[in-house]
Amino acid sequence: MKKTIITVLGKDRVGIIAKVCTYLANNKVNILDISQTIVQGFFNMMMIVDINDAQKDFDIIQEELAQIGEEIGVIIKLQREDIFQSMHRI
Amino acid sequence: MINIQEVIETNTMIEKENLDVRTITLGISLLSCIDSDLGRLKEKVYTRITTLAKDLVAVGRAIEREYGIPIVNKRISVTPIALVGASACKSPEDFVELAKTLDSAAKTVGVNFIGGYSALVSKGMTMSDELLIRSIPQALACTDRVCSSVNVGSTKTGLDMDAVKLLGGIVKETAELTKERDSLGCAKLVVFCNAPDDNPFMAGAFHGVTEADAVINVGVSGPGVVKTALESVKGADFGTLCDTIKKTAFKITRVGQLVAKEASRRLGIPFGIIDLSLAPTPAVGDSIAEIFEVMGLECAGAPGTTAALALLNDQVKKGGVMASSYVGGLSGAFIPVSEDQGMIHAVETGALTLEKLEAMTCVCSVGLDMVAVPGETGAATISGIIADEMAIGMVNQKTTAVRIIPVIGKDVGETAEFGGLLGRAPIMPVNRYSCEDFISRGGRIPAPIHSFKN
Repeated sequence: MKKTIITVLGKDRVGIIAKVCTYLANNKVNILDISQTIVQGFFNMMMIVDINDAQKDFDIIQEELAQIGEEIGVIIKLQREDIFQSMHRI
Repeated sequence: MINIQEVIETNTMIEKENLDVRTITLGISLLSCIDSDLGRLKEKVYTRITTLAKDLVAVGRAIEREYGIPIVNKRISVTPIALVGASACKSPEDFVELAKTLDSAAKTVGVNFIGGYSALVSKGMTMSDELLIRSIPQALACTDRVCSSVNVGSTKTGLDMDAVKLLGGIVKETAELTKERDSLGCAKLVVFCNAPDDNPFMAGAFHGVTEADAVINVGVSGPGVVKTALESVKGADFGTLCDTIKKTAFKITRVGQLVAKEASRRLGIPFGIIDLSLAPTPAVGDSIAEIFEVMGLECAGAPGTTAALALLNDQVKKGGVMASSYVGGLSGAFIPVSEDQGMIHAVETGALTLEKLEAMTCVCSVGLDMVAVPGETGAATISGIIADEMAIGMVNQKTTAVRIIPVIGKDVGETAEFGGLLGRAPIMPVNRYSCEDFISRGGRIPAPIHSFKN
């Protein structure tokens, strides 16, 4: 299974996770893992997700998530997990 | 499983430290296009390039989007045109026609450069090699995306000094024909010793005759990432310094390897090599000179610079080789003056001279790169500068190159503006003593004694 990473970066506020999770649920994206941390005062969240059952293409989900990010004032990115695996695992 | 710190580290490298994949270069053999009729040859060349490379840019963009890593350039290299046009081209003007075909093929598929307007003359020039070399000024003046290179020597063959002499004049003529744009044509002309067949970086890329029909080569980058990593070990000893560079080079190269494999799979073209080069850009923070400063030098060019560069170059290779199955091309640190803010600053303040730069080229990849000199510099002097750099490559069994721009109408104290990734270059003073009699001797410099290894 090819995994995908969602990152959310921005100022913390109420409802960020709710908003993202609602979108993912509506689009049949399964969340495998969630973690979050604060770096230099900024809210950082990472989700490992499985988009294999999603009906929408990678590009569309990427665009729609970015749009949701804009609406709530955070940056949301969708990236294939391979880039992180390649860089951090031998 | 990947953790959040690792994800943040990678994305910080990309967003704040200018980590990118510098180029995906598609090498295309044009040997099958050879024809004695120029019209037919041009048609075959155009068709072959536009067919094989039709998805290159789209695939590059898709990979960029999915992985979130910028791929700055998508480029093409082809078989040296002196070979491809040998049968059809009877004059320099015929070769210029082929250059125009390459230019229009590049524009059709949307790549920003196409390399391989080249001749390999390390021991001698054939008639067509010489015609191609003589056509270079015109070819570079009337095209936008064509890059040219000439290999004039190797450790095994020695140096073709007739070609070195000829090229001094060719560089000057190229400068003259593009003087309205600060002699920009010379930024697309590289003179090599020991040129590799699989270099993905422009302007010196060509698809060597030892290569397969088509191949994907990838050039990685990342001076900004190395610089940031070294900032965290300020004051530590050399062992720690080396370890940090190696770890960083490993990470950068792994990203390059991933992109290369994906591009190869999606295009259905075999993967060739990763070029482990630290290639700077004019962006602030994406500079080799700034790495020297973090290492403890006040400015690039200060005593210790050659040692710092030797160390950096070696550690980049040591870290990178483990991250990729196939490493090739130039692989090392690039020190192009005009493309590196820190180098530009070092030249402007007088800390870095042409002579120090030459010494630095003994220990890193390539050579005198994107160096601007006064427009009045003579052809023989340019040949002399080329000969010196080629000798360094020949004796040290390494690739060296010269990409020098005599900026017509400008002198020391002024700056040439090339724009984009090519940046800007302060004009550097050149030693004014003559080498005319030495250069005009003609013939070859024999291969050095240590090349006889059989």
